[in-house]
Amino acid sequence: MNGTKQQILEILSEDCRTPLEQIATMTGQSLVEVAQHIEELERDQIILRYRPIINWDKAERQRVEAMIEVRVTPQRDFGFDAVAKRIYRFSEVKSLYLMSGNYDLLILVEAPTLKELAQFVSERLSPLETVTGTATSFVLKRYKQDGVVFEDSGEDNRLAVSP
Amino acid sequence: MSERFINPAISAVPPSAIRKFFDTASTMKDAISLGVGEPDFVTPFPMRNAAIDSLLDGETQYTTNYGIMPLREEISRYLKERFHVGYNPHSEVLVTVGASEAIDIALRAILSPGDEVLIPEPCYISYQACTRFAGGVPVQVHTMAKDAFELDAKDLESCITPHSKVILLSYPSNPTGAVLPREKLEAVARVAMKHDLFVICDEIYSELTYDGFSQVSMASLPGMWERTMTISGFSKAFAMTGFRLGYLCAPKAFTSAAAKIHQYTIMCASRQSQVAAWYALKRGRETGYEDIARMRESYNQRRRLMLKAFRDMGLECFEPKGAFYMFPSISKTGLSSDTFCDRLLQEKAVVCVPGSAFGDSGKGHIRCCYATGTDRLREAFERIAAFLETI
Repeated sequence: MNGTKQQILEILSEDCRTPLEQIATMTGQSLVEVAQHIEELERDQIILRYRPIINWDKAERQRVEAMIEVRVTPQRDFGFDAVAKRIYRFSEVKSLYLMSGNYDLLILVEAPTLKELAQFVSERLSPLETVTGTATSFVLKRYKQDGVVFEDSGEDNRLAVSP
Repeated sequence: MSERFINPAISAVPPSAIRKFFDTASTMKDAISLGVGEPDFVTPFPMRNAAIDSLLDGETQYTTNYGIMPLREEISRYLKERFHVGYNPHSEVLVTVGASEAIDIALRAILSPGDEVLIPEPCYISYQACTRFAGGVPVQVHTMAKDAFELDAKDLESCITPHSKVILLSYPSNPTGAVLPREKLEAVARVAMKHDLFVICDEIYSELTYDGFSQVSMASLPGMWERTMTISGFSKAFAMTGFRLGYLCAPKAFTSAAAKIHQYTIMCASRQSQVAAWYALKRGRETGYEDIARMRESYNQRRRLMLKAFRDMGLECFEPKGAFYMFPSISKTGLSSDTFCDRLLQEKAVVCVPGSAFGDSGKGHIRCCYATGTDRLREAFERIAAFLETI
């Protein structure tokens, strides 16, 4: 990928609402070029979606999150991919990663209540024939997500004027 | 009472014009400051960690006057690799408390009473003051916006008198962001050699140049190494302002003269800062200076943003290729740069520094630093544009 596209990604990953015109100015490209680059990034599925980072605790929405470590038996010819596909289709699954180490898959799940989350684990995830074991850990508090600190004062420690 | 005791030479030097803006700005809550002179990045973690490790290891003692050897070796290597200037780490590299100390002791080491220092203006606020403190006489060499604030060798030559001794050069420039292309630097070098002048080069912003401009070090030009002191530091390129660490490099005789002052007044720079700086250079060398490249790219994006904003507002502004400042002209408003900045702060809570703080050549301009988040910059541009409407 060329340097301009990298720069565009950097800018959008910082603030995906940055106006096109501003991106054009910042990268020294024309508006048309920037629009085309972004279109290509979207088409190539490098940019998948534009979403805000939300502190749900403040939004007063009830929800429970957990990280589930899962051990699975990989399937002949398909390895972990087929198992992963089975699992990520559940709407409760927000993120899913294949891991090295003591377990195989790490799932971030989210449900409105503790009961529903427990049901997900006991009634949907565990019964899968390839799943050989799970360990569920609940998220108690989010401090930082995607590089954003949730309760950051954002204070600038610099003097207002310096030589 | 105080008049009797305070040295008149010190009283004669006015306090920095920046001070009063600081006093007002620091009382305002929603002020946006474009008045800073430092990066908006925190020192990259590995360097902070190196300082912490050094403390945990109990390295709390003095270091040698010249600075710890591993740091001097890295500085020597860095200048050789990046700027093609060679200095012996044993005798030609002196670690100082910021480039600020280096400028002070460089001038004190070189100047005798009455010696003249040729200083291209607008320039960093301490050059004239330090020259006076050292008993020298600052001589302004004007540079102008129409020449992109590049020093013209003819203008320089026209200011030379029998008392001229030093050229104090600083490109990329604070406050203008100007750079000096090789051919103009060579012309300055010829003047220095022809008139047997010494050159003190403050190259603190040499890593921060944009759009393909690459900094040429004065000492790398033929015949100049012998008569040049190269001064730089870690504040700008490595975002380490609070560490207060810089260095002075020159042929042995000059370095040891400066080291004598350093030895008696400072003794040595902070050991933890030296360790952090050593690590900054080592890490830079091993990673292809990726931290600097990342920060430089970020400054460059904001530089373009600010340039366009000022031009859209109808303010004349030459395109600076270095440092992180922009120096637009506000003369069309009919206000002095001092009044402009005063009113902008009072009425719109935006801090800029009047160009006149950097010498007479800066009149009619304001210094704006773009090392601030793009959200804040956009807000500042809106406020400045609204302010211009009211004039």
